[in-house]
Amino acid sequence: MSTQTSTIEELAAREYKWGFVTDIDAESVPPGLNEDIIRLISAKKQEPEFMLEWRLRAYRHWLTMKEPTWANVHYPPIDYQSIVYYSAPKSKKERPKSLDEVDPELLKTYEKLGIPLRERELLAGVAVDAVFDSVSVATTFKEKLGELGIIFCSFSEAVREHPELVRKYLGSVVPYTDNFFATLNSAVFSDGSFCYIPKGVRCPMELSTYFRINAQNTGQFERTLIIADEGAYVSYLEGCTAPMRDSNQLHAAVVELVALDNAQIKYSTVQNWYPGDKEGKGGIYNFVTKRGKCAGVNSKISWTQVETGSAITWKYPSCLLLGENSVGEFYSVALTNHYQQADTGTKMIHIGRNTRSTIVSKGISAGHGQNTYRGMVKIQKSAAGARNYSQCDSLLLGDKCGAHTFPYLEVKNTSSQVEHEASTSKIGEDQIFYCRQRGLSTEDAVGMIVNGFCKEVFRELPMEFAVEAQKLLGVSLEGSVG
Amino acid sequence: MLEIRNLHARVKEKEILKGIDLTVRTGEVHAIMGPNGSGKSTLAQVLAGRDTYVVTDGSVVFDGKNLLEMSPEDRARDGVFMAFQYPVEIPGVSNLYFLKAALNQIRKSRGLPELDAMDFLNVVKERMKLMDMDQALLNRPVNAGFSGGEKKRNEIFQMAVLEPRLAILDETDSGLDIDALKIVSRGVNALRSPERSMILVTHYQRLLNYIQPDFVHVLSEGKIVRSGGKELALEVEERGYAGLEWETADAR
Repeated sequence: MSTQTSTIEELAAREYKWGFVTDIDAESVPPGLNEDIIRLISAKKQEPEFMLEWRLRAYRHWLTMKEPTWANVHYPPIDYQSIVYYSAPKSKKERPKSLDEVDPELLKTYEKLGIPLRERELLAGVAVDAVFDSVSVATTFKEKLGELGIIFCSFSEAVREHPELVRKYLGSVVPYTDNFFATLNSAVFSDGSFCYIPKGVRCPMELSTYFRINAQNTGQFERTLIIADEGAYVSYLEGCTAPMRDSNQLHAAVVELVALDNAQIKYSTVQNWYPGDKEGKGGIYNFVTKRGKCAGVNSKISWTQVETGSAITWKYPSCLLLGENSVGEFYSVALTNHYQQADTGTKMIHIGRNTRSTIVSKGISAGHGQNTYRGMVKIQKSAAGARNYSQCDSLLLGDKCGAHTFPYLEVKNTSSQVEHEASTSKIGEDQIFYCRQRGLSTEDAVGMIVNGFCKEVFRELPMEFAVEAQKLLGVSLEGSVG
Repeated sequence: MLEIRNLHARVKEKEILKGIDLTVRTGEVHAIMGPNGSGKSTLAQVLAGRDTYVVTDGSVVFDGKNLLEMSPEDRARDGVFMAFQYPVEIPGVSNLYFLKAALNQIRKSRGLPELDAMDFLNVVKERMKLMDMDQALLNRPVNAGFSGGEKKRNEIFQMAVLEPRLAILDETDSGLDIDALKIVSRGVNALRSPERSMILVTHYQRLLNYIQPDFVHVLSEGKIVRSGGKELALEVEERGYAGLEWETADAR
């Protein structure tokens, strides 16, 4: 057994491959948070008055709030006054209009990450809105999308160019009073992505954003807002890696999705931020609020996430199911290794009649990792005929890790149906030996078993993302045989 | 092909194999019989490379190589196959995918090109007939929810696809009804070849009615106490293991 455990530990102990720092002069504001800083951020971004007011309201509310402590995660207190709330790569007066104007250092960083924008633009057919240190440096395929009336741009640009849409929908799903981290984000958010799909339009390509945290001690506060108007469809991909750092970096993003009548939004995430070293030092704190609102009838929102990074993950992509017959889905793989902690899950709030939701959560724990599923299924009185199916599976590698499941079910009418299934399994020495006796290495065996465990979630990912996700878990794709 | 000399092995502090000597030449089928606790399964596991067993003395040479120094996967790639007494379930991994990965690993280690999905399916279909395997079993997760008989059949099916040079069948007959036993035996017999050696580990003589060994060895308390031809199995059947132990006949 001991040999086996140590092999698994070795696998789990691999170094973070993408730890490097790009040497770019960051134009940063001094650390700390007060109303002047917020005014400065807003001014730097040339925001209209309503935006500044919204930020200030959020900030004043935030001052009255306490950091939540209910999550099953442990970390030293965060000094919010030592965080730099804004930094942008230096550029000449205006933002670059094309890739040619982009700082070659930045482009190199993306190369190292395997996201060559140029190639993506030419070959992959993916429009990439790359967030580098808070400001979007390149937005591609905009014209092509523009022909269909699709707006896909940085959040800052949306605030300037489409203030009416931002004003209408910003905070409509996650209000600025929502929770400690979302409120902080509302006050200081730097940039992010904005997407609007007009009535009846099916977005012809996967929209994708690569987030990357770079400047040291810079908190990142992205804000993403996606609106699918009546009958629209969009698939959105979010992925990220971060350079290796010694001190913890706070990341408190907010994502809001709005689906109107018959609209559908598919939101996929592969998250691979620096998880800290083998002793648990360093790594990203990922405290994110993600929520979608199925506002219209027959609307649908799917969250698919593969969470392998961050020292601490605190994240519950949720759905508010208001529209009749609307559908919410949550598919998740969360991997914790070394001393990583994850408290993640979803909330499905059924309000409309005949609303349906599906939750499939796969937690993998290795090393000293602690993995918590926390999910809420709430069925309001108004949600007659609502249905939910939840499945929470945990897989343990080694004997020093932990898996925890906290399902909360709240059903307020008698015509609804709620199912919950949960399982915990362990990769056994006998399974590994069986695979090795057939000629497979331990590494391949673990990969194969983990991959098989996650299959139901990977199936929900767009193809190229599924490949990346599997790479992240260090496994090869389950073959197309059979 | 296989030379076992004075093999001693223990699990934790308990010595289980106390000096096994056995020679298996290419193409031969040897049956190892013995009562519960005699060390039959331990011998099979030690040959396959299970690390819960610690070899304390002796040597095992396979094709001129020191088998005991090789990892389990290297032994498998060199052609050592063990059909498990208790085949392991691997949820989420399809039987077919598992087998393709295994076969391609083995081929790769021998410098052969990997088979693509189509070629692999052709190999599989042919071998399936041999074992009367239901196609549905191929697409199900490895052994998950298989009946006892299906699991054992699956082991021999894997053996048919992987084509080992030395097959060790650990109590393949246990838990099988007579129909399943016939199918499994037919499969094993079909895989007998002048290039392939087999070691059948079994408690009962029953299996040997269907698969006729060239040699039979009786194991007791970690030693081979009797060796002979297939007629020795009948003697065991008649007199029981207790009856045999009275004679301290020289092993080999």
